[in-house]
Parts: sequence; structure tokens; C-alpha cells
Amino acid sequence: MTLLQNDHISEIHDGKRVIVKKPELLAPAGNLEKLKIAVHYGADAVFIGGQEFGLRSNAGNFSIEEIHEGVKFARKYGARIYVTTNIFAHNENMTGLEAYLRALENAGAAGIIVADPLIIEACKQVAPKLEIHLSTQQSLTNWKAVQYWKEEGLHRVVLARETSAEEIKRMKENVDIEIESFIHGALCIAYSGRCVLSNHMTARDSNRGGCCQSCRWDYDLYAVEDGESKPLFEEGNEAFAMSPKDLKLIESIPKIIELGIDSLKVEGRMKSIHYIATVVSVYRKVIDAYCADPDHFKIKQEWLEELDKCANRETASAYFEGAPGYEQQMFGEHGKQTKYDFVGMVLEYDEETKMVTLQQRNYFKPGDEVEFFGPEIENFTVVIDEVWDEDGESLDAARHPLQIVRFKCGHKLYPHNMMRKEMR
Amino acid sequence: MKKPELLVTPKSVEHIRALIQAGADAFLIGEQQFGLRLAGEFNIEQITEATKFIHHSGKKVYVAMNAIYHNDRVDRLASYMQKLSEIGVDAIVFGDPAVVMIKRETGIPIPLHWNPETIATNWFQANYWGKRGATRAVLARELSMDEIIEIKENAEVEIQVQVHGMTCMFQSKRPLLGHYFMYEGKAMEVENRKHARNMYLHDKERNSKYPIYEDLNGTHIFSPNDVCMIDELEELLEAEIDAFKIEGVLQSEDYVIAVTKCYRQAIDAYAESPDAYFDIKEELLAKIEEIQPKLRPLDTGFFFKETVY
Ligand code: SF4
Repeated sequence: MTLLQNDHISEIHDGKRVIVKKPELLAPAGNLEKLKIAVHYGADAVFIGGQEFGLRSNAGNFSIEEIHEGVKFARKYGARIYVTTNIFAHNENMTGLEAYLRALENAGAAGIIVADPLIIEACKQVAPKLEIHLSTQQSLTNWKAVQYWKEEGLHRVVLARETSAEEIKRMKENVDIEIESFIHGALCIAYSGRCVLSNHMTARDSNRGGCCQSCRWDYDLYAVEDGESKPLFEEGNEAFAMSPKDLKLIESIPKIIELGIDSLKVEGRMKSIHYIATVVSVYRKVIDAYCADPDHFKIKQEWLEELDKCANRETASAYFEGAPGYEQQMFGEHGKQTKYDFVGMVLEYDEETKMVTLQQRNYFKPGDEVEFFGPEIENFTVVIDEVWDEDGESLDAARHPLQIVRFKCGHKLYPHNMMRKEMR
Repeated sequence: MKKPELLVTPKSVEHIRALIQAGADAFLIGEQQFGLRLAGEFNIEQITEATKFIHHSGKKVYVAMNAIYHNDRVDRLASYMQKLSEIGVDAIVFGDPAVVMIKRETGIPIPLHWNPETIATNWFQANYWGKRGATRAVLARELSMDEIIEIKENAEVEIQVQVHGMTCMFQSKRPLLGHYFMYEGKAMEVENRKHARNMYLHDKERNSKYPIYEDLNGTHIFSPNDVCMIDELEELLEAEIDAFKIEGVLQSEDYVIAVTKCYRQAIDAYAESPDAYFDIKEELLAKIEEIQPKLRPLDTGFFFKETVY
């Protein structure tokens, strides 16, 4: 692949090419715990929702104090926090904006993700230390529009999910601005910002966070001929559906890095900590491995398998590798169960006694085969022996959510390592 | 009282003649390469012809350039705008900032109307694009009457509101109908129905029918009802909204002509006196109900319906 003109991506060190422009890995977080996990598992930046002006009213949102705490935590790892403020405001949403933006700036957020020029202009005025990132809600699809937002003084643009690698290349060649692109997670099948199905069907405003995913419901397709409705489906056909497979670009990471894309975004503020930890740690490994030695890089089967352990829908490459065909949609199925349950988080490990202290997150019992993973360790599998509660009472099972339990494990573990169990 | 401009979307040059007779003040035309969800296709020659005719009648013509452009189409925007400028159209309707950039770079002296559809939701944005060359903002159809009026009160640009017809609820770049047929192994249908505009999705739970079609810009899905404000125009007229649009997409030529006549009558009556309008509004509504296709119930859109989030 040829290198881009305006971006210095790799250098030769001691006869070996290395990537010097390492992209940011950007993860979602719906609450403080998820934020900390994302950072701990290797995210360079985390995007969160505040309590106002953001989509996903139900994603779990941060108070200003929580944002401040999140920022402090992230700083210890050199990570940054962005706050989504990406509604298209109605008149009634216009008050309180300036105070809110100042509060975000004071809380130490690195930037905001914005769609409405109202919020862009207010931010420039009252909170100039915040970076302004254009939200995908603006459905940015061409280099000329990228140039427009550059001239408006934005730091970064998040592209529409409908842009291909070829298209991004041309944007990068023509405009000197940071580009953020989605690599993993759920998608809108519509151009973002251009879908008001939920407004019509359920009186909930999708552009203010009210989307209820009406696109994923089933419909029947008819044609009107001579004034009569004629079904375009037969016995045994699936219903008309618009449900897209989720995005997964793990195998395109090399191309994405060589394109000089600045930030790789994982979607899903509503996702569990297990999901965030799994996805972030896998992409962390892929990005690090590629950047260290791009010319001998090979994707490892174990990474692909690991990523699948938290998937609950089928996945595809959407527009990045060219226009998606019908195989990238789902008909007659509505997601599947994840293959693994997240069953516990390590709180402590005593190297001398080999005793793990763990917070229960899902039912497990002695005799279960479980897998541990975390940023400090290679994944391993063990069979659980005897389990005790905090008072040293032996348990036949760990039944209670958040219960503190202990058991022995021969491998060294670290706080925040996670334990998962395959579902059978 | 200042009369609002009555803007319609014709299907053909012939249709324009009839619509001028019916009382339309302005016309929105264009082609799918550059514009979204047009009632008819007008290539450059047809735009030239239509413009001559429309201007001769003292009316206005606007050209739709409100598609969501990918790089390939951006390359063609400047020459298209140049041609439109030579033809002398009265405004270009845009949603993508690429159009603003090209106008800036080339200095092409055509006024812009800002119309990104769903996202035009507050007066700040209207004025923001006003400072960047727009003389008019076309409001999202998902706004309430109160919101529209507050926007008008604070706007430094003209405000256009759709008062009649269906609205787009959804645009995907993916060819969703084609994909469905492919999935079902009906390759013939993909070809046969590529340009068809007679399909709809049936939502059994709500018993609603949503028109759907595909074109160069992807898949478009429309509202189950046609907005009809013929008997509810008072507040919009009082607020001096600058333009009323009758959307003609997926409607017949005759239907659009008849509806245009009704709105013409309503606006003229109100200008005479509010009472004159009150006297005829029920009658006008009845006229429209009479010609309304049976699969398309009328309603008042989001004018009197609140959304939550
Ligand atoms: S209904 Fe579907 S396409 Fe529309 S905004 Fe919601 S997720 Fe996106």
C-alpha cells in the first residue's frame, strides 16, 4: 500500500519498518465502572454521555462529578475522555448549554462530540479548551464537506458509516484534519441523523436519543397494482427486514492504520463491561502488533475467536471494504445469545496462598470450567475447585450477584482480570 | 399580511404549466444525481426549458442539490452549479456543506436554501447557515407548530414549512429492496422493480403502510399519512412563514394540481380576511378528502403532536 502524502505513518528503524503514527483506540462507556475497565484494558480514549444534550438517553449517563472522576482515572493511564453532546437541539433544548459546556471543560474532558452547529459555536465561545469533534450524526461522506468542517475550526470529524476505505483515503489526502472511523459495533442502517422512523412509529425523537430501533422490526412488502395491494412475499418467505449485521473491522486494521485514520471507534455505550474489556483488549493487541512490525504482521486466529466470545449478533465489514450486499443483513433472525457469560471480576490475588478474591457477576459453581483474561495475562482455562464465601464457609455455588467469593488458582491473576464461562 | 410563497414539486414541464394555472408561486425541480426524492426528473435541458417558462410567468424556480454526496459526486457539483447559474435558476437547495464550499470557491452567485430535512430543528442552525450563504431554511417536518413559530420569530432567513404531502422517514444508502429480493432468491424482481414506485411496507402492529422505493441515493421510506394543513393554516399565516411547500412525491399530477388550487384559495382568502378563510376551510378540506388516495390517510404530521426522547 502506498503511503499518503500528508501523513507520516511509518519509519524504518534498524532496517525494520515500524508504524510511528499509531491511531487512538476509542472505546465507549456507559458508566464509571465501564470507563475504568475500558482504560485499564487498553483504550487510549473513552467517549461517554453526559446528562444533557446527548443521544442515548438510556445509555447510562455521567454527572459532572463522575466525569471529573473518570478524567482523573484516565489521566493516570494517559487516556482522554470525550463527551457526546450530539443531539440536534430543538428550541427548548437551547437553554443551559453554555453552563454545561463550561462544566465539561472544568471537569477536564478533552473534547465533545457534536452534531448541531448551535453546540459547536457555543463551545468555541465559552469552552475553548474543549476539542470539537463532528459527530457521525452529520453523515459526513465527502472530502469537500470534511474541508468545510476543517475551515470551521473543528479538531476532528467522525465519518458517516457509509464511507469506504477509498473514500477515506481521498479525504486524508486532501484535508489535514483528524479522522475518526467506526471499527466495531452496532450500526444504523440509515444515514445517521436521517432516520425518523421512531418519531413516526412511537413518537420518540431519534435525533434526541429516542430511537427504538424500528428498523429492526419485521415488515411485509406489498405492491399496489390496479389499485389493489399485492403481497411480494409467499408462504415460507421471511419478512422484509432492514437489520444490518454489526460492524467488525478487525481484519481491516492494517489497512486502516496505513490510511492514517487517527481514531478507531468502538460503538456501544450500553454494552457490558465484559464486552468492552473483550473488544478493547483484542483491538489493543491487533493495533500494537501491527504497529510494531507491520511487514510481518499476521492476524491470529485466537484474536478472532476471542472477539467472538462477546458477540451477540453476526458481524460484517459494512461499507469500509466496499458496498455491502444482502449477506450483510439479517432476515428472520434477531440476534443470538453470546457464547460466554461473564461470571466474575478479580479483586485480589495472593501469590503465596494462590487465593483469588473475586466479585461474582453470574452463577458458577465448583467443577465449572472457566477462562480468565486481562491485560496483564495470557488467557487460560481452569476448572474451579472449592469455593468459599468471605467468612470462609464452603459454597456449593456462587449464586449472588456481587457476592465476594474466594477459590484457589495456580496462575497469577491481577485485579480487574475477568472470568468468563462458556454457556452450554 | 405578507402572503407565503406556494411552492410545489412538479413532475414534468407540462405539469408546471398546469400548476401555474392552479396558482403555484415557485417550483422545486432537479434530478436524483444531485437532489433527493423529487417528484419528477428534470435534466439540464428540461431545467432550462422549465426555467424559461416559469420566469416568463413571473414565478420562481429552485433546483434540488440536497443529496448526501460521496466523493465521486462532489467532482461534478461545480460544473452543475455553473450550468444552473447560467440558466438563471433562483436558488439551489442544499443539505451538504460541500455545496457551500463550492459556492465559496467558485463565486457562483446563486442564493442557497438550506434543507437537510430531519436535522433542521432550531433557529440557531437556520441563522448559522444564513451567515454561510443561505437565504432560506427549510424546516424539519418533525417539529411542532410552537417550535416552528419560535424559529420564525428568531430567524434571520426565510423559513419554509411543508404543509401538505408525505414526508421521508428514512434514507439508507443500501438497496434494501434489492437485498430482500436477493435474499429470497428472486433475482428477477431486483431488475423488475428497480424503478418501481408502487411498493409499501406494511407494519402489522400499527396497521400502517409506508411507501418505499430505491434510486441512486439508496432506499427511501415515507410516512404512512399525508400531512394536510389546509384547515389549520391560520397560525402559520399569522406568523408570516415565508413559504408553504406542497410535496408531490409519489402523488399523481392531477392530485397535486387540485391540492395546489385549494391552498391557493386558502392563502388568498386569508389575505382578504381571516373570516373569508374560516368560511371556506372546511370545504377545502372536504375537497382534498374527496381526491385522497384510499391508502393514504390525512393527518397534521407533527404540528400538534409532541415527541419525547
Ligand atoms: S431506527 Fe434504526 S436506522 Fe433508524 S435511527 Fe434507529 S437504529 Fe438507526
